[in-house]
Amino acid sequence: MRSNALSGDIVAQNKAGSQTREAPWVRIALIGIAVIYLSLVLFLPALNVFVQAFRSGVGPFFHNFSDPAFINAIRLTVLIALIVVPINTIFGLCAAWAITRHKFPGRALVISIIDLPFAVSPVVAGLMVVLLYGRSGWLGPTLEALNIRIIFALPAMIIASAFITMPFVAREVIPVLEEAGTDQEEAAKTLGAKDWQIFWRVTLPNIRWGLLYGVILTNARVMGEFGAVSVVSGNIIRKTQTLPLYVEEAYKQYESQAAFAASVLLACLALVTLVLKEILERKTSIKEVE
Amino acid sequence: MAVSSTRPVPVRNNPRFYLSWPWRITITYMTFMLLLPVAALFLRAATVSPAEFWQIATSPVALSAYDVTFVTAIIAASVNAVFGTLIAWVLVRYNFPLKRFIDAAIDLPFALPTAVAGLTLVSVYSETGWIGSLLAPLGIRVAFTRLGVGVAMLFISLPFVVRSLQPVLQELDIDVEEAAWSLGASRIQTFWRVVLPPLLPALLTGVALGFSRAVGEYGSIVIIASNIAFKDLIASVLIFQRLEQYDYAGATVIGTVLLLISLLILVGINLLQAWRRRYEV
Repeated sequence: MRSNALSGDIVAQNKAGSQTREAPWVRIALIGIAVIYLSLVLFLPALNVFVQAFRSGVGPFFHNFSDPAFINAIRLTVLIALIVVPINTIFGLCAAWAITRHKFPGRALVISIIDLPFAVSPVVAGLMVVLLYGRSGWLGPTLEALNIRIIFALPAMIIASAFITMPFVAREVIPVLEEAGTDQEEAAKTLGAKDWQIFWRVTLPNIRWGLLYGVILTNARVMGEFGAVSVVSGNIIRKTQTLPLYVEEAYKQYESQAAFAASVLLACLALVTLVLKEILERKTSIKEVE
Repeated sequence: MAVSSTRPVPVRNNPRFYLSWPWRITITYMTFMLLLPVAALFLRAATVSPAEFWQIATSPVALSAYDVTFVTAIIAASVNAVFGTLIAWVLVRYNFPLKRFIDAAIDLPFALPTAVAGLTLVSVYSETGWIGSLLAPLGIRVAFTRLGVGVAMLFISLPFVVRSLQPVLQELDIDVEEAAWSLGASRIQTFWRVVLPPLLPALLTGVALGFSRAVGEYGSIVIIASNIAFKDLIASVLIFQRLEQYDYAGATVIGTVLLLISLLILVGINLLQAWRRRYEV
């Protein structure tokens, strides 16, 4: 899914240089159609988030920040991300290492299984968690006996978010690890380095950009996850409400000002994610050019 | 390969029974986080008798939800096939102001939380919104109709075709096109006969990925649609409504159907990508 921004540009310039065949009006028409389509589907809706949020000025916008439910939603969103992102980063690193450093039958199958969360609807993911940990679920009676509450509470929201974002880090790290090869690691091994030293000093520096890319995508998805979390949270205001759930709740209550205020925060998160993505893509493509 | 430093295990002796730490973590995590939930869904589905399963899976409400979900997703993915190809072409072949910015913005649907996408789409396409107010005099209503579901699916599946075509377009040799022109082919003939065939595998992959994403989309659609059965209710929202009514059997059956279809699509995408790789070699 990555575009090589930098090398792409060089190619584009070369191509554009030799592209004098088309009549200028064809070129302008094609660019025009592309821009109009993107405006209708993408740019106008994105711009609209900010316009709506500040429609009645800055005062009402900041007034929303004094709403305790809003503050709690921010807090919970950040808390879940702080828990899920590290866990999935560790898993992603382990899975990528295990898959790339061993040749075994069924590798393709394992990679496909890891990709499974991408294929299921978030509602189905949430449903699975309910059927596993819910009161009438598979482990329900056991959990009840131990007096552990998972569904309609924080643990279920963490589990659902972790499920949805499981593949990101592994997917980004696998190709980088394969490209890096094993020579340096084996050299370090013959020089007597310990496993964790090899990982820390040889493997990690090689894969750091791919890893960071995966971490950023994981974080964006965790903070923005709506469907799965909505199923398992019970959406109790001020207790189990993340920012995306707050957006929907405010919209349902016809408090569009509050809904857009929360949306601006999430839209800024998306913009920061895109900017970081772009920077990382340039970094990796520069490396490829070298 | 990693041998624990305390007790060197002769790997040659029992390679079967030695697992390194990363393996242990991977297997444990995947078992608890991935396989158990999937197993829970299938186990619950197995408690429903086949006759009842079939009855729920093919009830009129469910059939109408599949129709809204899959048919709308196919239409959205096809529309994006056309416009995605155009956008990829424009971004790779031409230079124009703000190109860099537009290229980066294509990924916005990946990064923007779906609830926000739904909220802003419903506000832009409602009868008082920027675009909706222009369509209202023509008698076209988008928000709270199936058309709105389509618009949300267009938004969510937009990046896939563009991103899968861009690298292939960059690799494409312009000499071949020039050869075609010098032999007297028109631009349109050249596009159909020379440019499009090598793009086809990547294009199909992009369409399949976008379709799969549109089928699974929930957050933006639940906000932009009226979620009324037989009108614009999608399968994911139907599952959610069944859960709200504590109808676990109904939610499980429809969830299982949706999961199996998603798995089929996933297998299809993997086959497509294998075919693509062979094509490239």
